[in-house]
Amino acid sequence: MTMIDDLLASQVRIINLGIETFAIELQGLGVPVIHVEWSPPAGGDARKAALLAALADEEEDEA
Amino acid sequence: MTALTLVIKSCYRDSVALLMLARTLRATAGVSEVAALMATDANKALMAQSDLLTSDAAAAGPNDLVVVIRATSAGEAERAVGQAADLLSAARRPAEAGGRPLPRTLESARRHLRGANLALISVPGAFAAAETLKALRGGLHVMLFSDNVPIDDEVALKRLAARKGLLLMGPDCGTAYLGGVPLGFANAVPRGRVGIVAASGTGLQQVAILLAARGEGISHALGVGGRDMSAAVGGLMTLPALRALAADRATELIVVVGKPPDRAVRESVIGTLRELGTPAVLAMLGRGVEPGQDGAITTVTTLEDAATAAIAMLRGKRWSPEATIAMTTEARIEETRKTLTARQRAIRGLYAGGTLAHEAALILESLLGDVSSNLKPGVERRHHIVDLGADEFTVGRAHPMLDPGARIDAIARAAKDPEVAVLLLDVVLGYGVAADPAGDIVPALEAARAEAAAHGRGLAVVTTVVGTRDDPQGLAGQIARLEAAGAWVLPSNAEAVRVAARLATG
Amino acid sequence: MSIRAANRVAVERLMEGEPVLVGCVPAAEALGLTGRVVLHAGPPLAWEHACATMQTAILCAVRYEGWAKDDRAALELVTGGAVSLAPCHHRGAVGPMTGMVTPSMPVFVVENRRHGNRAFATINEGLGRVLRFGANDASVVERLAWLAAEAGPVLDAALRSSGGIDLRAIMSKALSMGDEMHQRNVAASCLLIRALLPHLSRATADRAVLARVAEFLASNDQFFLNLAMAAAKAIADPCLGIDESTMVATMARNGTEFGIRVAGLGARWFTAPVNTPQGLYFPGFGPDDANPDIGDSAIVETVGLGGFAMAASPAVAGFIGHGGLPEAIAATEEMAEICLDEHRHFRIPTLVDRGSPVGIDLRKVVETGITPLINTGMAGKVPGTGQIGAGVVRAPLACFEAALEAFGAKSLANRRAPG
Repeated sequence: MTMIDDLLASQVRIINLGIETFAIELQGLGVPVIHVEWSPPAGGDARKAALLAALADEEEDEA
Repeated sequence: MTALTLVIKSCYRDSVALLMLARTLRATAGVSEVAALMATDANKALMAQSDLLTSDAAAAGPNDLVVVIRATSAGEAERAVGQAADLLSAARRPAEAGGRPLPRTLESARRHLRGANLALISVPGAFAAAETLKALRGGLHVMLFSDNVPIDDEVALKRLAARKGLLLMGPDCGTAYLGGVPLGFANAVPRGRVGIVAASGTGLQQVAILLAARGEGISHALGVGGRDMSAAVGGLMTLPALRALAADRATELIVVVGKPPDRAVRESVIGTLRELGTPAVLAMLGRGVEPGQDGAITTVTTLEDAATAAIAMLRGKRWSPEATIAMTTEARIEETRKTLTARQRAIRGLYAGGTLAHEAALILESLLGDVSSNLKPGVERRHHIVDLGADEFTVGRAHPMLDPGARIDAIARAAKDPEVAVLLLDVVLGYGVAADPAGDIVPALEAARAEAAAHGRGLAVVTTVVGTRDDPQGLAGQIARLEAAGAWVLPSNAEAVRVAARLATG
Repeated sequence: MSIRAANRVAVERLMEGEPVLVGCVPAAEALGLTGRVVLHAGPPLAWEHACATMQTAILCAVRYEGWAKDDRAALELVTGGAVSLAPCHHRGAVGPMTGMVTPSMPVFVVENRRHGNRAFATINEGLGRVLRFGANDASVVERLAWLAAEAGPVLDAALRSSGGIDLRAIMSKALSMGDEMHQRNVAASCLLIRALLPHLSRATADRAVLARVAEFLASNDQFFLNLAMAAAKAIADPCLGIDESTMVATMARNGTEFGIRVAGLGARWFTAPVNTPQGLYFPGFGPDDANPDIGDSAIVETVGLGGFAMAASPAVAGFIGHGGLPEAIAATEEMAEICLDEHRHFRIPTLVDRGSPVGIDLRKVVETGITPLINTGMAGKVPGTGQIGAGVVRAPLACFEAALEAFGAKSLANRRAPG
């Protein structure tokens, strides 16, 4: 069974980043969901955000 | 003119919520201009451009919410600011269990919701790829609603997802269903035996509601994004999605919705479907597609046909394309044509759903020719279809599925054109979209017909409602509202387009 | 090593430090101070940049040591270079507020039994007109002299007899009793004194001395603060030098600048102008009376206590606004957004026994814009005023941005030049 098969066979548990009505609708339907109060990284500064991306944690097998 | 600023520190609202707030405030007496934004540098530049960057706004930080109101008097400005504060504090917000504050990053969200398996990402396009990368690296499947994601990023992300065995739906994936859970803009549709792989949201919605109307349901519906079946992306998500649906026990038939794919991708899709053995309907909306059946795979050219072919195959019946119009509708067409002047021969399509606009343009092209749309460059022809979700209409405004403003303006403009015979519209219901889509546009439609009448013209308003009887807006009420305003309501977009074509030309 | 792996090592090292209080000896001996040097709180500071409160404290410290008989003479020694200034941190010590440490002052010795390193802090003078708030009169000097003559040796004897006091155990227990170890140390102070009591009773035969020491210990709710600070430094110092780690290992203020040091960037300071604390004021004082942020006590937040553990201390939440448990919990949750882990040993009962957020990740501070929240006393900006209240202050974002740039330059250069 692949991970996608697993997803289709299980309860979806959602992290919502962005439009909050999506999370509100899902909560209304009783779906496990957490909304993230997201704001652009580094206050929207593109250069700092690029530096953060370059220093972000990689995968165990990517490093 | 007075400008007043409200700054709420460390207050988070997404861009859609802020656009809707701005819209409400702009409608207040005396208010001439409103900015409601998080005070990032980019947004401050936007405010400066509209001369709304007050000193308070400039002093605010990127995590602060700023509302700037320009009004004709100080009293009106103060009232509007007070209203903004009330709306913000009263707004229905996502809840957090146990009164804990909401997390601020994807990573901390995973500590709040143990066992999370999907990230639904709808942040502005410039940031979407980075967040998607974090989610995939963390082992989460992703539904990427955001658009304006560069294609190179899409390819790199889908390669990573494929390597990790994860699903990445999108970019620009507006609708999906996983195990009966509707995600994004989606209708309330029963669970059932049809799986859908779709390159678009409203295409998926149209097929889903037509299936539901005939008593069928959806097992899962996976969005793959509009470019997945192009040569550049090569079906990186389409193929795993097909395999997953074929392996899913509840799925008995797969519908694939999209534009005609790259040739090599089309062959992979068909090859994969044959190998998997699941019956399939390919709804390929584009020029030069030949409908037909080849073993367990049926190719159709409209969304309406996708649903009818799927139902026929599931019920063991033969299927062939039937572009019908109901008898009662035929009679009404004759009646209505009498109210139009000889000059009125043009159709204006004003669509909230991009795929529905695309389908309308295709069907009209095959029936009448002389069709243009804002989806393709070129001079405006007699029949013109507008996708109101295109970038040119959504600067400083939420998507037409949420904000009727662009459509209301377009209706008013079309009503003044003495050559326009038919307004053709989609009215989309479901979770996540406006609370009363019909009510939002009915006044504009009534005004349009009155405007035409005042100049001795008729004006036909032809609509389809993309909705089910379980949708939160109330399907019957939405249809009744439109019909009371004199509009036609047809059960599918394809039929609405056919009716419009008949009305315009006889 | 990847950044992820280095941070894992760093936060583990932070959580597993074992600070033990073992003695109390003159600073000259403990810190190896030779010559005329005055140690101060915060990153390196030039006399001409120091705030008035810091300058006044320095002059008082010079007089206390007997190097000058009045402030004018003291000033000449300092400006002329005959007396040098250095950060406490550079000599293994930490000091609250002005953070004055001079050779003859007794300092507590805290040993990190896990790593073998040591950290030092003076005996907290108590409340009122004290050197750490820049008071500069005869009573201040007298008290300092008494601490050196009587309190230091008695405490040292008691500590040696005890074999060492486990400070981590005290702090863990105090967390469950409403302390956060920065603004509130009363439970920890009581626990420490209780542990010392049997040994204190035998530390000197001179009952009058013992009585004075007992009186002194019983009258200071903040007695444990200096020990919390030394314990935190003992825990955090071994994290400096973990290559590729973005964890913050030092936070300190000198009344002019806020400085941080990062595990993967060694002894380098990244500084920016301090903010001014805000909170609740003693009668007669208000926001305009507050001195800019000052003191090494932010080392406590660096190890997951103080403002980070606010959820353990709802009483302190009054300083950040409406007060009460929800605000206190929200403060801790906010700090969790920028931390690498939850503390294995510092548990917070009001959060259904979750651990205090620990291990500030530079990257998360810059990403979210959330800066460390520090609970702090407020000094009056007019020297000698003393404490005017207590409140909270944020570390300036600019320190973390500068550190991130330096980290990026170093880390990305390393990746490009393998071996």
